[in-house]
Amino acid sequence: MQKTAKNPRVAIGALAIILGSFAIAPGVVSAAEASAVEEGKKIAFHRKKGNCLACHKIAGGSLAGNIGPALVNMKARFADKAKLRAKIYDATVSSPNTIMPPFGKHKILTKSELDKVVEFIYTL
Amino acid sequence: MKKLLLITAAISVLGAPLVSQASPEDDLKAFRGYFMERFPNVPLEEFANGVYAIDPASREQWEAIEEFPPYEIAIDEGEELFNTPFKNGKTYASCFRNGGIGVKSDYPYYDTEKGQVETLESAINACRTKNGEKPLKWKQGKIASLSAYMAYTTRGQTIDIKIPHDQRAVDAYEDGKRSYYARRGQLNMSCAHCHVDNSGNKIRADLLSPALGHLSHFPVYRSKWGNLGTVHRRFAGCNKQVRALPFKAQSPQYRNLEYFLTYMSNGIPWNGPGARK
Repeated sequence: MQKTAKNPRVAIGALAIILGSFAIAPGVVSAAEASAVEEGKKIAFHRKKGNCLACHKIAGGSLAGNIGPALVNMKARFADKAKLRAKIYDATVSSPNTIMPPFGKHKILTKSELDKVVEFIYTL
Repeated sequence: MKKLLLITAAISVLGAPLVSQASPEDDLKAFRGYFMERFPNVPLEEFANGVYAIDPASREQWEAIEEFPPYEIAIDEGEELFNTPFKNGKTYASCFRNGGIGVKSDYPYYDTEKGQVETLESAINACRTKNGEKPLKWKQGKIASLSAYMAYTTRGQTIDIKIPHDQRAVDAYEDGKRSYYARRGQLNMSCAHCHVDNSGNKIRADLLSPALGHLSHFPVYRSKWGNLGTVHRRFAGCNKQVRALPFKAQSPQYRNLEYFLTYMSNGIPWNGPGARK
């Protein structure tokens, strides 16, 4: 994770230059995605933001809670990424009695923060 | 408005099956049964010890703390305050049954004259104003010390809160119950989410204590606070943690919540003041 964190920053610089005149090229998109994953991880682990570790065990995080399931095999559990996003946006829709806060609906995370968290969680 | 609708919806969804029909007696049976089943090796009276009833590791530290209890000074201060006459020459003893010794077990109760739940703290301040003294601040300081002394003289008695056959008392109880199961705050959590559904689970590195017996040990010395606080101070802290606006200490909401929750601890010993993390 640490290694990939450095390259995207360079890529973002390049992205800024390119963005003005070109449609986003495939190579640049993947760099931007890598950056979103890294940022998503920070937001997910931040106590005042996602604070996902309060309830979920996540690779790379310490002292995780055990209220929710460990976040593993996410692509297998959510074939459709939009469903994962919907779960984080407002988990009470699919699980009415859940303790999980509605991160999008209650604006705990901004739209962009939520998108990044989804990108990160989807890599797990 | 959206939020309000949301809260109302949450209350109706969560509260409906629990709030509507059951009598307080039925509630108590179900509530206690749930925890006895969830923690089959913990005897009922042990629930007076909160998270230390279910976690041997932290219990050891707690027992070490209890050897030199951090609330001891407060008990002494409370006793001194209790016995210091007001300007009119009377003392707190004049306001309470049995001279105020061992009477925390009388609270909370539904006061049919005042039409509200009376708590030990509200009775302490009522005693002061009746005797021409200014009321004390509600959440900590002298009131917590007085309450600690009075709790201390009540230790060993069993919690036995009554809900009289008065519709207003039942309404107060039901209101407290609804409050306990209602989602609130930006994090959209109810008290029950953590302390019923997830009691014994870990939220980050902290073990969630069971709701059964929660009201046995107040006022409490919390290491986090570095001093003693009343149960309404604790309620406010919980509300803030889920990013909800707390109610005022001794508001009807908190009085009713205390009424419901203490009733749910019936059968468990009074063991205040307590020490917690």
